[in-house]
Amino acid sequence: MSGDLNSRVVIVGAGHAGGSAAALLRQFGHTGPIVLVGDEPIPPYQRPPLSKAWLKGQADADSLALKPLEFYRDQRIDFRPGVKAVKLERSARRVLLSDGAALDYDFLILATGARAIALPIPGADLQGVLFLRTAADAEALKAAVGPGKRLAVVGGGYIGLEVAASGRGLGAEVVVLEREERLLARVACEALSTFFRGQHEKHGVRFELGCTVVGFEGEGGRIVGVRLADGRTLPCDAAVVGVGAHPNDELASDSGLDTARGVVVDLEARTADPHVFAIGDVAHRPMPLYNRMFRMESVPNALEQAKQAACAITGRPAPAGEVPWQWSDQYDIKLQIAGYAFDVDEVLVRGDPASGKFAVFHLNGDRVQSVEAINSPPEFMMGRQLIGNRAAVDKKKLADVAVAMKEVAV
Amino acid sequence: MAKVTYIQFDGASQVVDVKPGLSVMEGAVKNNIPGIDADCGGACACATCHVYVDEAWAARTGERSAMEESMLDFASDVAPNSRLSCQIKVTDELDGLVVRLPESQH
Repeated sequence: MSGDLNSRVVIVGAGHAGGSAAALLRQFGHTGPIVLVGDEPIPPYQRPPLSKAWLKGQADADSLALKPLEFYRDQRIDFRPGVKAVKLERSARRVLLSDGAALDYDFLILATGARAIALPIPGADLQGVLFLRTAADAEALKAAVGPGKRLAVVGGGYIGLEVAASGRGLGAEVVVLEREERLLARVACEALSTFFRGQHEKHGVRFELGCTVVGFEGEGGRIVGVRLADGRTLPCDAAVVGVGAHPNDELASDSGLDTARGVVVDLEARTADPHVFAIGDVAHRPMPLYNRMFRMESVPNALEQAKQAACAITGRPAPAGEVPWQWSDQYDIKLQIAGYAFDVDEVLVRGDPASGKFAVFHLNGDRVQSVEAINSPPEFMMGRQLIGNRAAVDKKKLADVAVAMKEVAV
Repeated sequence: MAKVTYIQFDGASQVVDVKPGLSVMEGAVKNNIPGIDADCGGACACATCHVYVDEAWAARTGERSAMEESMLDFASDVAPNSRLSCQIKVTDELDGLVVRLPESQH
């Protein structure tokens, strides 16, 4: 069944995962029809720059695009923008689209991504209450930040902090409102939270931690302030809500596939239905390194799973497992993270945070589970390798910046 | 437009036109040239766009930055002419550039 290079492939979702899967199928010699369905008006593009280079005007639409539009024509990829898949009929192997079309498939790849979670509070539908997920969102945000504009960022996660940094770079006044007592509470260790808070404060960002946003105040349909649980209202010209994302897994769940926390897949990115794959932010996938299932929202994950699905469909051996990783750029700070801090019994800091260059290693016994590296590429690169080959480390050496990273393995 | 030649590890080569201002990495990715993964899209964060710059072009492609240097230090099969292709901007002067790809980016 797999390995038929002439099979009909339908990819639902034209983001980084879906676009990469289409390109990889052709790279791997797939000759059959490929339909790529996306609900946005433009071909697949990179989302990470939306909060960084693009927002600051350092990247244009052309450079965001994964491939130029001609690519899809030249590669005979039937790209259908502005259309949603509305129903999956797995027994008939057919997808119904919002424009009335019905697509028959031999293999379906669900790459529907995730959507920003909205706050269920009064005023959430006011003009100027923004999200950052799509290029259109980024366009609206770009128009809302600039010299003297007041921007409230709801949520002190990576998106919120990157928007805060870019907003300051554009001259906006920025306040970040976070429910937890520290920034990045769900995704990073305390040393990192403290470091980023200090860096942002140095650049003039204000923080309200442990604060609950209870509503957005509007005038004439436009936001003028954010109301907090303690009774204060902070005036603003726009608010960006970055409080997490929810997988777009309804197509799969309505068709009876397992979607407890995203669409459940195996190491080939295949669901329980051998004709249906799910990749990227929407997929709940095995992570053999950590002996568990997990849903990840990152570009490297989208690419890895696109590769898994394309290999399975074209009959190639499954690609070697990768160590998950991600990055964030804020001001002149480069954060690189490898692995996830699962099953950690010790946290070790290498380097002095005050120097602006340090790395936090999360250990299980003498094995590295995860590393968060600030302006420290060797720690990131070597850490990623140590995680991948489960090598034991000498903790004394690891804690000593005088010992090169290449020397820390036992 | 500048012509850039990408030579795969197995010797297969592709010549494509790259718009000046784009990076050598972007030239490969936008033309669907295999072997340059570029996971991070050019943020110098992943070292998956490693190439070898043909000797004749080494001087014109410039020096490695400190960040690039330390990323490359941990890539596989690094040679003196290794570069991260996201850090080489294509200019008219680089018309005819030849780069070779390593066996793997991981």
